[in-house]
Amino acid sequence: MSEPNTLVAHLFRHEAGRMVSVLAAMLGFDRIELAEDIVQDAMVQALRSWPFQGIPENPSAWLYRVAKNKALDVVRREKLFRQISGDWASERQEEDMMEQFFFEDEINDSQLRMLFACCHPSLPFESQVAMCLKILCGLSIREIANAFLTSEETITKRIYRAKEKIRAKEIRLEVPTGLQLPIRVNAVLKSIYLLFNEGYTSSHPDTLIRQDLCEEAMRLTLLLTQTPRTTTPSAHALLALMCFQVARFEARTDATGAIVLLKDQDRTQWNQALIAQGKRQLAASAGGSELSEYHLEAAIALQHCLAPTYEKTNWQVILSYYDLLLNRKPGPIVALNRAVALAEVDGPMEALLAVLQIKELETNQYYHAILGDLYAQLHQTDRARQHYHRALHLTSSGAEKQLLRKKIDPLL
Amino acid sequence: MEKFMLIFHGQQMDETAFQDLSPEDFQAEIEKWNTWIGGIAAQGKMIGTEALLPAGKVLTDGGKVVTDGPFTEGKEIVGGYMLLTADTFDEAIELAQGCPMFETGGKVEVRQIQKFE
Repeated sequence: MSEPNTLVAHLFRHEAGRMVSVLAAMLGFDRIELAEDIVQDAMVQALRSWPFQGIPENPSAWLYRVAKNKALDVVRREKLFRQISGDWASERQEEDMMEQFFFEDEINDSQLRMLFACCHPSLPFESQVAMCLKILCGLSIREIANAFLTSEETITKRIYRAKEKIRAKEIRLEVPTGLQLPIRVNAVLKSIYLLFNEGYTSSHPDTLIRQDLCEEAMRLTLLLTQTPRTTTPSAHALLALMCFQVARFEARTDATGAIVLLKDQDRTQWNQALIAQGKRQLAASAGGSELSEYHLEAAIALQHCLAPTYEKTNWQVILSYYDLLLNRKPGPIVALNRAVALAEVDGPMEALLAVLQIKELETNQYYHAILGDLYAQLHQTDRARQHYHRALHLTSSGAEKQLLRKKIDPLL
Repeated sequence: MEKFMLIFHGQQMDETAFQDLSPEDFQAEIEKWNTWIGGIAAQGKMIGTEALLPAGKVLTDGGKVVTDGPFTEGKEIVGGYMLLTADTFDEAIELAQGCPMFETGGKVEVRQIQKFE
């Protein structure tokens, strides 16, 4: 009996995503459910044998072998039918073909093809994210529903409709080429960016779930950046941005789950390894002439990571990045964030004037929270209180409510 | 040093029971078993363990009648066994108490192996 070895965290989840992609590439997207069933079967087999026979030396290879054999069975059975219609293929050929699909390069390629299909611009964003999480990341319907605080039925419907659309629109499992490629890569990056934000800024009470979403978004981006055909400066920039944000994830809440503001965060808790990785990615993103919004957002996040204290943050530089960002991606949320930097550089009055120019955020809790902050700094306590109350009314997050009450209290 | 056999009695799981398991669930389940069995093995007390396939044959009537089985009453079947060594019966029970079977409503039967002579 060998020593008990333990499994890598999320091994099954990640391998399930990889295997479904490989099998779908082999069997065709039309039969994605069959691919999913085969993978589920392989995991059942692992559950039945590993506890008693010990975890195999190479668990991933074991799972792949079982899935491959099951797929081969299916193909052979079908061949039997084809033979009747006179279409003969040698057994050897099929096995060779199957072997090919399971080469490391092909595994990555299958995942990329699946990623481009799942993030096809003709699918609504919610469906894109659900598809990525279900098929590529191996999360169950229950886990996805839980992460988005919605019902399993809703997620099932989203995935069903997306699969139908992929079939109906004949969206092919392929990595786009030529002029199509950069456009499609940008669409994929956008989906991953939104998936990451769901994890990073959502009000979900369970931080583990949120970290999972961020981690999966990073994995998908890594897949793009590690493949010469699909890597772009923007992809590196997005990965850099995610590294810098996740580096500060732990420090954003205290032991009780309450929000810790950037100003009060224990900066020694920031993950320096991730910050270093982010810097490497940012350096890699400098190739070419492209300057995307991810570059600018990463640059802003880096400034925060570099500052030894809140007071020593280089707000001037951050403000200049926000100016560029607002230019590229005009919108109320960017303008609101810029105003926070502006308050640090030019004072609360300038920032207040800027925020009051912003339209469309009447129902956004952060808009009101920031207005509350600015009015409080200008000693207009009545107005500050009004906006804090409005924010309190708009947020559904317990931690945010708690923070707002803490701000209202001294104003009474 | 005595020898004991742990016999795992569990629900007859049909395929639908596995459909709802997520990859994370599979991994968690395997790790529980791995920890328990690995722990016994690490103490040098394990002799062997195997899982049994759910379907089999039952021979009756002097071995002349062969039918599909096992047909224990209800849906409970023997899903596997483990042979181990322990100094006392109590120790064997203690080792069995960590079995992940219990979390899914299963039972573990502990039997001492008889020594002749």
